Amino acid sequence: MSLFDNFKDPELCKALLDRIHKELDGELRFMEVCGTHTVSIFRSGVRSLLSDKVVHLSGPGCPVCVTHDSEVAAFLELAGRNAIIATFGDLMRVPGPDKKSLKSAQAEGARVKVVYSPFDALKLAQDNPGDKVVFLGVGFETTAPAIAATVKVAREQGITNFSVLCFHKLVPPALDALVGDPELKVQAFLLPGHVSAIIGVEPYRFLAEKHGLPAVVAGFEPVDILQALHLFVTMRNEGRAEVVNAYTRVVSDAGNPKAVSVMHEVFEPADALWRGIGLIPGSGLTVREEYAAFDAMRVFGMALKEVPAIKGCRCGDVLKGKLSPDGCPLFGKACTPAAPVGPCMVSTEGSCAAYYKYKV
Amino acid sequence: MCLAIPMEVLTIDGQSAEVQVGGTRQTVRLDLISEFPEVGDFVIVHAGFALTRLDREEAVATLKLFEEGLNVELI
Ligand code: SF4
Repeated sequence: MSLFDNFKDPELCKALLDRIHKELDGELRFMEVCGTHTVSIFRSGVRSLLSDKVVHLSGPGCPVCVTHDSEVAAFLELAGRNAIIATFGDLMRVPGPDKKSLKSAQAEGARVKVVYSPFDALKLAQDNPGDKVVFLGVGFETTAPAIAATVKVAREQGITNFSVLCFHKLVPPALDALVGDPELKVQAFLLPGHVSAIIGVEPYRFLAEKHGLPAVVAGFEPVDILQALHLFVTMRNEGRAEVVNAYTRVVSDAGNPKAVSVMHEVFEPADALWRGIGLIPGSGLTVREEYAAFDAMRVFGMALKEVPAIKGCRCGDVLKGKLSPDGCPLFGKACTPAAPVGPCMVSTEGSCAAYYKYKV
Repeated sequence: MCLAIPMEVLTIDGQSAEVQVGGTRQTVRLDLISEFPEVGDFVIVHAGFALTRLDREEAVATLKLFEEGLNVELI
């Protein structure tokens, strides 16, 4: 057994659970903002072991789910151009305007290839020198540095047929926008472990300092999640609100400066559209002028267009923690993982999909 | 897609490394990691890039705190 397996230890989980339930006074409404936390909380059974006084809200932490309708429309527009589209598999079935998806575009002849890594997309460009290869860049601070590093290698190697459609999103500005919403009743934030491994702890301080909300950077094992919940309870009982790094085996308080600098060398902050939330200033990334030759928006002369939202889908409210997935009238009826209506049911990390898989 | 998993480093060759978890092996890039790993280290891998190294000493320190605070025997 590896040392790290201790973070799954059932006895330790039980001890933590007992503490949480014994020491908790009133209700604890916490939000996580990471698709991996969403899945882990359900799959590990943590959610079913918590008393109903501990309320789990799933926020805008699934990159596929927060990708805006206009951005999905841009993917589909590109698929119609003369290019090879390289994408993470999760985007294939995300529905866009007229119920089209990359998968349906592929069936109609568009050249769409699923890759595991942006680096594989770069190889695709090398292997197909006569074609333009575009990588669909979605994801948060965990993913953006990997894509930036790939763009840097492309430039170093003089590869001219590779570009990125850059729709990356940044977590702290989204949290800032969320906590400004008076309807949102969140008392504590479970912060994303791997985003934090890149950006560190500093960018979240405003949660405690400006809003008096406790927040804990946590890993993804059941012990990590329960430890964070226990920290929320302790802080509340002691009358403090702090941002705590409880995932020290992976996250250093300063983050990963090398990854951050690679990300900022290639990209710069820009306003971005989030599904359900709309435009959040400075919450996205765009390709810097120096790397314009690798920016698919510039290469293909594209601009985001306004498109109608998916009819009946309440993903927006689900992503803001305002609606539990089973509160959507389509949930489990017109919308299931086999026939998803909205992206929250498409992505395995989406709240609706997790809810469906583990609760129904 | 945000899945990032700990994998063990088997070999290192310049900016890439062979890593494995369970029976699965893959090659990952090391362009982003600030503390270069050694063979036998665990690294967090996401989208084909190693992002950071898992720190054994920190893991032990956290577990020790649990042992003291919660009276459970772990390591
Ligand atoms: S259940 Fe389906 S339609 Fe309803 S919010 Fe979730 S993804 Fe959208």
